[in-house]
Order: sequence, then structure tokens, then C-alpha cells
Amino acid sequence: MTDTLLQVENLKTWFGTGTGTVRAVDGVSFEIKRGETFALLGESGCGKSVTSLSIMRLLSQPAGQVVDGRALLEGQDLLRLPEVKMRDVRGGRIAMIFQEPMTSLNPVLTVGEQICESLRRHRGLKGEKAQAALLELLDAVGIPDPRQRALEYPHQLSGGMKQRIMISIALAGEPELLIADEPTTALDVTIQAQILELLRTLQKERGMSIMLITHDLGVVAELADRVAVMYAGQIVEQASVREFFNAPQHPYSRKLFDSLPDINKRKSKLAIIAGSVPNLGQEFKGCRFADRCEFAWQTCRDVEPVWQISNEGRGIRCHLYDAQLLSGRPVSQAASVAVEEDVVPEKENQQISLLEINDLKVHYPIHKGLFKRRVGQVHAVDGISFNIETGRTLALVGESGCGKTTAGKAILQLIRPTAGTVYFQGTNLNDLRGESLRKRRADFQIIFQDPYSSMNPRMRVADIIEEGMTALGVEVSRQSRQARVDELLTQVGLSPSMKYRYPHEFSGGQRQRICIARALAVNPKLIVCDEPTSALDVSVQAQILNLLKRLQDELGLSYLFITHNLSVVAYLAHEVAVMYLGRIVERGTVEEVLQNPRHPYTQALLAAVPVPDPDSRREISPLKGDMPSPIHPPAGCHFHPRCPHAMPICNDIYPGETVLSDKHRVHCHLYQDLAR
Amino acid sequence: MATKKIIGRTALALASASVLLVFAVSFLPVRFVVLWTDALIFILCAMCVGFAAYASQHEHLRAPWREVARDRVGVVAVVFLSAYLVIGLLDSVHFRMPLPDVKQSTEQQYSNDVLSVLDWMATPVREGVEKSYSAPFAAHLYVKETVDLPDGSKVRLYPRLQHGGAHLNNPEQERSGDILNTSLLSVIEGVVVWAVFTALLISWLARRHHRSVSEMFGLVMRGRTEIPWHVILLTTAILILLAILVVNLSGKYHIFGTDKVGQDTFYQTLKSIRTGLVIGTLTTLVMLPFAILAGIAAGYFRGLADDVIQYVYTTLSSIPGVLLIAAAILMLQVYMATHPELFETAAARADLRLLFLCIILGVTSWTGLCRLLRGEAMKLREMDYIQAAVAFGVGHFKIIGRHILPNVMHIVLISIVLDFSALVLAEAVLSYVGVGVDPTMNSWGNMINSARLEMAREPIVWWPLLAAFIFMFVLVLSANLFADAVRDAFDPRLRRSGLRACL
Amino acid sequence: MINYIIRRFFYAIPILIGVNLLTFALFFVVNTPDDMARMNLGMKRVTPEAIEKWKHERGYDKPLVFNGSAAGSEKFTDTIFYDKSVKLFVFEFGQSDSGRDITYDIKQRMWPSLVIALPILLIGLLTNITFALLVAFFRATYIDFWGVVLCVTLMSISSLFYIIGGQYLVGKLWHLVPISGYEEGFDAFKFVVLPVMVGVASGIGSGIRWYRTIFLEEMGKDYVRTARAKGLSESLVLFRHVLKNAMIPILTGVVVILPLLFMGNLVLESFFGIPGLGSYTIDAINMQDFAIVRSMVFLGSILYILGLLLTDISYTLVDPRVKLA
Repeated sequence: MTDTLLQVENLKTWFGTGTGTVRAVDGVSFEIKRGETFALLGESGCGKSVTSLSIMRLLSQPAGQVVDGRALLEGQDLLRLPEVKMRDVRGGRIAMIFQEPMTSLNPVLTVGEQICESLRRHRGLKGEKAQAALLELLDAVGIPDPRQRALEYPHQLSGGMKQRIMISIALAGEPELLIADEPTTALDVTIQAQILELLRTLQKERGMSIMLITHDLGVVAELADRVAVMYAGQIVEQASVREFFNAPQHPYSRKLFDSLPDINKRKSKLAIIAGSVPNLGQEFKGCRFADRCEFAWQTCRDVEPVWQISNEGRGIRCHLYDAQLLSGRPVSQAASVAVEEDVVPEKENQQISLLEINDLKVHYPIHKGLFKRRVGQVHAVDGISFNIETGRTLALVGESGCGKTTAGKAILQLIRPTAGTVYFQGTNLNDLRGESLRKRRADFQIIFQDPYSSMNPRMRVADIIEEGMTALGVEVSRQSRQARVDELLTQVGLSPSMKYRYPHEFSGGQRQRICIARALAVNPKLIVCDEPTSALDVSVQAQILNLLKRLQDELGLSYLFITHNLSVVAYLAHEVAVMYLGRIVERGTVEEVLQNPRHPYTQALLAAVPVPDPDSRREISPLKGDMPSPIHPPAGCHFHPRCPHAMPICNDIYPGETVLSDKHRVHCHLYQDLAR
Repeated sequence: MATKKIIGRTALALASASVLLVFAVSFLPVRFVVLWTDALIFILCAMCVGFAAYASQHEHLRAPWREVARDRVGVVAVVFLSAYLVIGLLDSVHFRMPLPDVKQSTEQQYSNDVLSVLDWMATPVREGVEKSYSAPFAAHLYVKETVDLPDGSKVRLYPRLQHGGAHLNNPEQERSGDILNTSLLSVIEGVVVWAVFTALLISWLARRHHRSVSEMFGLVMRGRTEIPWHVILLTTAILILLAILVVNLSGKYHIFGTDKVGQDTFYQTLKSIRTGLVIGTLTTLVMLPFAILAGIAAGYFRGLADDVIQYVYTTLSSIPGVLLIAAAILMLQVYMATHPELFETAAARADLRLLFLCIILGVTSWTGLCRLLRGEAMKLREMDYIQAAVAFGVGHFKIIGRHILPNVMHIVLISIVLDFSALVLAEAVLSYVGVGVDPTMNSWGNMINSARLEMAREPIVWWPLLAAFIFMFVLVLSANLFADAVRDAFDPRLRRSGLRACL
Repeated sequence: MINYIIRRFFYAIPILIGVNLLTFALFFVVNTPDDMARMNLGMKRVTPEAIEKWKHERGYDKPLVFNGSAAGSEKFTDTIFYDKSVKLFVFEFGQSDSGRDITYDIKQRMWPSLVIALPILLIGLLTNITFALLVAFFRATYIDFWGVVLCVTLMSISSLFYIIGGQYLVGKLWHLVPISGYEEGFDAFKFVVLPVMVGVASGIGSGIRWYRTIFLEEMGKDYVRTARAKGLSESLVLFRHVLKNAMIPILTGVVVILPLLFMGNLVLESFFGIPGLGSYTIDAINMQDFAIVRSMVFLGSILYILGLLLTDISYTLVDPRVKLA
């Protein structure tokens, strides 16, 4: 089982020509053995997807060109194969699944037709035989009721189901290598766990190789045998997963680990990688990471590091591991290797309640029929209660579609709640209208998920930040407003000279900083952070989390932190509320909820998060099924159809609140007897 | 920064020049007439200049236009369009000539004919009216006439033209030589003019980019400049040569022949340019405020406003466009016929009908843009930055003005340029149907319509069709190519659909 | 589904009322019937008696909306509005100003219109899609580039020139078919060929370009990449995956104009002397027969609204994602 299946040598893929050439992949070499899972790890824009598309020859011509290199599939160079022969390889010997299952299936063909296409193409199966193979495949990827599902169209399936279909299409040609390009990134954690489990079983059964492309260290630890880290179009480190996770060597890899938030780092700042990924449109002279590396010395900027392979078979591209060059390193700098760990003391604020939510509901009516009668409603938010104290962070956790974003917007009165109260410093915001509400708006602000759509592309940064101040009359004179803009930009770690630029000139992380500055401009007491880091890379996420934490300390802000990312919660939040289908199923302090989860959903959610540690590979069975529709929530406990501990009572009665401790509450029949 | 200054200064210079012009003009011994469409055209021009000045200060507005300027096909189209525009503008300054003082009255009397600057410049061609049809470059009429000979007998022959080729003694032998001579002379003149133009342009560019003139010359000729100046120079060379050739030849011949009543076809087609431009631009101008307001209001406010606006545009768009136009124009005809006292001159009457046609075309064509904008506004109001503005308590109208309007303007612009060529083509069809511009007004539609009636004549009278075809085709083609370039530059989603994306 | 169609019919009513009121205002309020009569009888030297006679013959001598001198409900029904506008709702188009029965004329003339318009639509659709697929198949090559250049050139020529050119070349120079005219039955063929050819040709430029844009947009989508990753050949990707998706906007765009085909093509019909509704309308405009124009406006709106309804229904048939409720 050790023979090489795919060998990629010095692959170079460039986009565009002339001066603007982007060297997206610039000399990548690796090999994949039979039956192993090889992970290509890297942040967005590092060229990992382009690498896989180059091997498959699926780049959109003529924008992207493979200019050099070989990709040998058992000695046969794919890059020089005639197109007709290449089609036998595609889907036959190498299959691929993509990140977005939502758009990757043809919307007007049934699922069965799309799978059969591949069966016919590569195995020549038709009619009865194809039908049998189809059902077998659907069964193999864990699709219930395959005969029925094969006749359905993609839009009738959930995201997880679609990804299973994608996998079955890939398996239809019985490939030797499966390229999985961020197969779970678009999915929720519980679904991600299902898919990862599926990939693992399939590989075991079929003995195929998997090339896993991901940005998630946890997914790598969960699935891969070997890993290569890509940075700016090159592979900088390669090792077996165990070695890599025990001791990452390249400064970039180490930083990636350090910048992961988790509960043990709560008291300290997260390590960050300074600066941003270099523009790939340039010719590089030295090491591509040199400008962001704290170990770098002059040689790193002048000489490009070569690829070295150590005795254990690990590969690295760094001068630190080149004994000859390392000797020339100035000693004074070597001392600064030790990372300073500034400890952020956890302040014990006076516990003054700032925001109290009681039985908040947001329902959307559904109209149907001849006269558009109201036939039902979407229970987006269905009676949630919690409170936030000054200077504290409450994390609202849940999977997509659970209503957490709607809840955040309803609290800010961006969506008018259907029922319930939102007491902000003693005033019920739901009662306020017009001018009286507008006056209070300075107190609560919001930061959005997508830093690209949260700023008007036609306005300058200064005008964007100033908008709130003008509207709410925070600073009266134009000069004082401008001074405040400068101050805010400095506060979020940007230079005041940037204020005359337009949003498109900034990177994602910088934009998120500007958005924070905009929210801060009106001196709010509460900021609703709606997944502010989920669109960002890990290293940039660390910068933003550090910033948010610092601002909380300096300004005594309260955050309502809406997220699906539990490690961010562990790092940042004081209290957690877990939402499922419009209701909070469990809440309590971070320690209580994350370390001693009581609700089966919370437990499943926590178990589903991949842990960046290959030794802790779990043998848990992931949560079954998908979240039901909020139009027709299941009777009784909403979670009971998926719950491993479901009892007869769960089918009928929604469980009441069980108080487990001062803060810890849970809605579950399992604990009804424990009520204090 | 330098470009900003230069553009700013240009705007200033233009403004002061126009003030001076108005001042100087008031001393001329003519009476200026501002027709309705003239006024609107000049307002439109002022708006364009104002927008250009504003855009030059804002990078995000300037960037897509630079993209257009980089597009070779785009700049060629722009050069051709500007040539049309110049002619159209010249034809939009109207005045009435003073009449010779016969009655010794103290008050100066003015002619009833409203002339434009273009008419004045083309006086020889305008006044060189023959008896009837004559072919291009002909020296004789196209139809036989009975002529009295000096000896009293009568013969049927093709009589000589009074103006076309009148300077020739023996047209059969001299004509080709004369045409060749004139052409050669024109080419020489053209080369000289073009050389002067090139020299001026390059020295201006050299100053702007702080380079020496010879260096700049090299860059331009090798096509190494950001804006493809060499393409622009080539296009202008062709245009200048053609213009001089045409001016010289049309002084001696009817280069596109004459029509039934002996009017010069070339002059008519030149006059038609203005009609085409007016319909193409003013229609959009007229409908734009409604489309933008209604579209954004419907998409942003939803609810009742949305219902009402949707009802209005569904109702309007459910009437087939041609029929609505026909109905409205018929009614206008009746109205104008029954109220002749409202119009001072025939030109004013024709002009008002043109304007009304624009309005009616606007009414039938705003629904498309309105629907687009409604959809876009609906999408935008859910954008995070608008939610953020709401969270700041910014008022609805400020949100519309600051966040929505600037972000839909590219759609408005694209639809303006896309509509232009369609409207120019529509004019021809409408005039054919009989609900177009006034029959007395020069337009390509009227030219085609009257030529069509002569289709059965043997041998066929083809030149009015040819003239209208060439001038219309070049205008519409340039407009289409320009629209492509604009759409490519402004619409990120459609970036791959245009011409340039092919290569 | 039935529910939906019924609801759509209810929605259509206010729109038709709107169209009706608009035409009424346009035809009777902007200008009085007196004006129209004077216009029709020749502007000068018209006696008041002649005007009254003209009006009476055509029923324009009644009050506009309210007849005070009539009795009972006739106060409202014995008016121009009731006679000329309300009756349109039950397809009573009445008499034309020259005394012909409009309903009869429409029934007679809609078939020749359809004989011209339907082949133009079908052949045009077929040609345009074929060429657009060809251009899309060779996207980003010189074939694509020159294809688009040719399209832009073709669409920059006025449709009038296609007609004139076609008549001149095919009819006059080559004597292949009669220049204009029409006959019933199978003889119609030789009269129909040329107008259909011209109609197809004049729409080809914009048609190909528009479909090409649709195809290219579809080809940029993720599922196309999936199809390629399966190892399917480019033509299979194009015909099976892209075409099937692109047909949704194309087909629904066609369906909306299907009912309007009865209205015919104004210019084409009058150039070729086809006795359809298009030339009927043009003749009416030229003769200033307001009754006919009014009827055609209303008929056109009804057919358009019918087209919208058919479009919605056709969506459910071709797009599995759309379910009408």
C-alpha cells in the first residue's frame, strides 16, 4: 500500500499574462500514495484549490494556464494528456467534490440522472444495471429511501444531502483518487461531522486515496494521514499528521496553531500573524513569509529558501532549518524568538444588567391560496430569554437557520419583534417608535459577518465612520468628527491616513476593523457581533478577536456574540446560550456549558467540532439527520427526532426550564428531576 | 492629481467660454430662437459636463470610465459618436435671419425661417435645389424633360443641373478628372489638418505626462499609452479626411444626389442626425426621473407604494408600445391640427411634435428600467451597510440618496446607452408607420419612407436609401459598440459578455 | 395550480380597467369628438351639420360618462364610455369609423398575421439558438469574437433595410417570389417565404447575442464544473447541462409573446401587403380610424396579460424549482 498514485512535480499555474501575471501556484511538488489521505492546508488565496483544478485540468481557460510542471498519475503525465484521454481520467480515475454543494449540482436534472451520467460514462452501465448501481451508491453515502430520492431534484435536498450526492457522483466512476476541495466548509458542524465520518468509512471500504483541501486544522487532524501546508503559492512544510501536530516546524505553521482560539487561551492574547498575505502578482526574491515572520533576518529577504527533506521524511522550506545559513543569523535576533505572552487579566465587573430579553418572538407570516390568506408562520425566533451584563459577552450559538441572526436584529429593532420584551437599561425597546427609538440607537450597534457587503462601496472610509455620528448627533462640529475618525482608526489598529480610501482597497480583516470603528463611533454600550470572524482566515480572525477583547476591557462594552464557532466562544465569551430552531435549549457560563454540557444537542454540537489533535480522533456517532424546518417545528421537544436520548414524553411536551445552577439552565426532560 | 487639476481647469475653461459665447452672440445681428428640444439638449450637455467634473474628483466614478477609455473598440466608437454629436449640436443652435429693411421701419424684421448654425454653414448645399431627382455626382437630372430648343423645336432630354456639376463645360469628359482632382486636393488638406491635430494632441499629452514631445510621440505611435491614442489618431485621420473630402465635393456636386423636389440628399441626412440624437437622448432624459424615483421607492419601501407602482407599470407595459405611441401621436395630431394658433413657426411646431414623441417613447420605455431598479433596490435594502445605516437611525430619504442611488447608477447608465441605439432605430420604424416625427422634419425614417414610395420606379432611385443607411448604420453601430464598452466597464457581473472578453 | 390561475385572472381585471380608462382618456378627453370629426372630414370648411352627422353615425354624439337626459340605468349606459369602452370587456369592438365590423375584421385578419409571425418566431428561435450555441462552444476564440462583431453589425441595421433589401434582391432582382401580396390556402406559401426570411434575418443579430450571454452565464456556474469533472465531453456538457438550464429563461421569454403573435408585425405586413392585423392597424392609423386603434390597444393588452400568465405557468413546467401555489 505504499506505492505512489499521484506525483506532482514543480507545478506552476499562472493567471493572466504580462505585468499583471498572478503566480497562483508557483512550483508545487507532492505525492499521494495509494490509500492515504493527503491534506493540502492553507488560508484563502494560497493556491490550494488552483492546484487541484490544475491537476484535473478544470481551470477556466484562458484565464489560468499551467505553465510548467508535471502531474504523474502512475507515471502518466496528466498535464500532457490529450483532452479526450483526460476525460477518462476525470471522474474515472480521479474524482472531485467541491465546496458549495448548493450550486454544484445541476438544478434541472434529477439527482439520479446526474449520478447515472457518471455511471454510464465510466462504467458503461445502462438501464437496470445502472439503476441497481445507483441505489447501491446512494445507500453507500447514507441517503435514506434512495429509490425515492433518486427521482428528486437538488433543491429538494438539504445541504448535507447534496454533499452526499456529490460524493456519490464522485464514487460512481470508482476513482482511485478523490479530491475533496473544502468539502465541509459550507456545512454546519453537525453535518460536517457526518460528512467527515462518511469520507472516512468510504475510504476504509474502498481503499481509495483522498486529497483533502482545507483551511481547517481540525478537519486535517480528523481525516488526514499526511499534510502539506501551502503559503502564497508554495508548499512550505510537509509531514505526517502526527508529526505535524506534535511539532509544527515552519514559523507559519506554528503561528497557525497559536492563533487558534480555545478555552485555555482565554487569559492571554491570541498570537497573530502580522501583516497580510503578499500579492502574488509580483516576482519574489526571498522567502515569501519573511515580512510576516518574527524569526526572519536579512538572508530571508534576499535568498529564496529551498525545499529540504529531513531524515524522517519531513519537508520544509525555511532557512531556520538550513544549518549552513542559520549560522549566519545575527545572535541578537535569535533571542527574541520567545513569544511574549501578555496576560489579559479577566476583570470582574460589577454585575449590572444592561439588556434583558424576555420571551422574544419573531414570526413571519406565510400567505397562500386564492386570497393570500395567512396559512402559517415561520417561527424564526420563538420565545427566547436571556440577559447581558455590562462589560460581559454573551455568545448565542447555533447552526445556520436556528434564528440567531434574526434574534440579534430583533433586539436592535432592525426587525420588529412579534412579541416579548427587550429591556435595555430599563426601557422596553419594543415599545419605542420613531424619534424616541432613534435617540436610543447610539447605545446599541452591530457588526456584520460579511466585511464585503457591510460597507457602501461608493463611500470613503471617513464618510462611512462619520455617518453614525452625523445621524445621531454625537459630535457636532465637522472638525471634532474628523478628529474622532482619526482616533477611532487608531483605536482599531489602522492609520488615520487611510480615511480617504474606499473600502475595496482594504483586505477582509481591515474592513472588519473599519466596521468596528464605525460601530464604536457613536459610543455604544452594547455591540451585536453577527459572526464577525466567520468570513476571515484563522490568522486574521485572531487579530479581530484580540481587538474585540481589548476594546471590551478599555471601554467596558458588552457583546452579544452570534456565532456557530465554538472555539471562538470558548475564547471570548463569558456566557453561552445555545439555540435550536428558534429557542434556547441551554444557557450558562462558558465553563458550565462547554465543559459540562447537559442538553443532548449541546453535547452533539461540541462533539462534532473537529479537534486539531490527531490523537483525539473520536469514535462518536455524529448526530443524525438535518434541522427541521422552522415552519413546522416538531411537536414536543424540537430536538427529539434527532435526539439519541429521546423518551416518549419528548414527543408531546416541550420541556420546561430546569435550573441547574445560578446561571446554568437547560430545557430537557432528562433533567426535569434535577430541578433545584 | 495632475489629471484632476487638468479636468477641473478644462471644466472651468468650458464654462467661461460658454459665457463668453453667449455674450458675443448677443451682439450678432440675428434673432436667436431656442426651441424646446434645443433647451433640453443644452441642459443635458450641462449635466454631462457637470457630472464629468464631479466624477473626475471621485476615483470610484472615474475608474470605470478609464476602463472604457482603454477599450480600443470603445474609443473608436466614441470618436465617431463625437463627430455625430458635433453636427447635432451645430444643428441645435437656431436663429432667424434679419430681413432686408424694406419698409424702413424702426423695428428690425426677421425671416420666418428658423435656421441652425449647420444650415448656415451648409448654405450652398441647402440652397442648391434642383428640379427633381438626380443621381449622386450627376450633372444631369434623373428624369427626362421637354426642353425648348432655341430654334423653337422641343426635345425630351436629361437637362443639366443648375448646381451639381454646373462648373463643368463637358461633364461626360471632365467629371471624373474633376472629382479626382478635388479628392487629391482634399487628401492633401486632410493630411495637413490631421498633422496639426496630431501635433497639438501629442504636445498636450507630453506636457500632461511630463515627457518630451518626441518621447511621447514614440509612445503614442507604438501604442504604449494607457488610452489607445494611436487608435484615436487613426480614427480621427479617417474622419478628417472624409469630412474635408465631403465638404469640397459637396460644394460642386450633389454627392448623394437629390430627392423628388430636388433637395440635396446629403444635406437632409446631415439634418437627420439631430433628430436621431434628440430621440435617442431626450427620451431617456424625460423618463429617467420617473423610472429612478418609482423604481427605488417601490423596491425600498415595499408595501403599498410597491403595489401602486407595480400596478402602474404593469398597466402601461401591457399596452403594446407601438399602439400606445400611435394612439398618443394620433391624438396629438388632432390637437395640433385644431390648435394651429399655438405655434409661431413651422419649426416650432415640428419641434414640439418631436419633443412629444420623446415623451411618449419615454412613457412606454420607463417600465423596463423601473422594474430593474425595483429589483436592485430590493436587493440593496437587505445589504448590511444599509442595515448599519438603519441601526444609526439614518432617515429613509438619506439612505436612498446616500446608499441606494449611488449603487444603482451603473444600471441607469448602462440602460441609457443600451436604449440609445434602439431608440434611433425605433424612430425610423415609427416614421414609417406614420406616428413618428413631423413629416416636414428631416429624419432618416422620413427619408426611407419617401424613398420607399419610389421603389417601383425603373431604374431605381437608390441614393436616399443609401445615404440614410450609411449614416444611420454608423451611428447605431458606434452606439452599440460604445454601449458594450460601457457595460463591460460598469457591470461586474456581465464582464464576460462583451466584445473584449472574447480575446 | 387552478387556484393560482384563478387568482391571476382576478389580478388581470384591475390592469385591464386601467388600460381601458387610459385609452378612454386618450381618445375622448384629450380631444373632443368634435375635433376628431373635423379632422376626419378635412379641416377647412366643415359645417356643424356635417360634424353632427359624422358623430351621430358613429355614436359619438352621446355624453362622455353621464347621460342626464336618459332614464334609469341608461344614465350610465347610454354614454360614449359605456358604448365604446366598457363593451370592450366582452369583446364587443363595435364598428370602425368607416363603418366596418371590427370584430369580424379581427377574426378574418388574425390568421394571416399568425401565418407570418409564427414561422418567424420558430425559425428565428431555432437559428438563433443554434448559432448562439456554436459561438458559445467556441467562446474566447476568434470565431466568438467575429461572431459577436457580426451580430453587433447586423443589429445595427434598421429592420426597414432588411425589408427593402430583401424585396429588392429576392423579389425584384432574382424574381424568385412575388414582392408582395397574399392568398389563402397553400398558395400562401410563396407569399410568406420572403417576409419570414426577412423577419428572421432582422432579429438574428440581437437574438444570437442575447442567447450567447445567457449561455455564457450558465457556463460560468458551478454545476458545469461538476459536469466536466465527471469526464463528460464538452458537447455533452453544453447540450445536456447548459442548454437545459438556459432554456428556462429562453422559453419563458418566448411564451410571453406567444399570444401577441396574433397581433402580427406592423411594418412587415404593410410592406408585403399581408392582410393581417398589423397592416390593419397601420391602415387604421393612416386613415385616422380611432375606433380600430382603440380596439387594437385593448386587444393587445389582453393578449399581453395572457402571455404573462402563460409565462408563469410555463415556469412550473420547465423549472422543477418553481411551484405555483
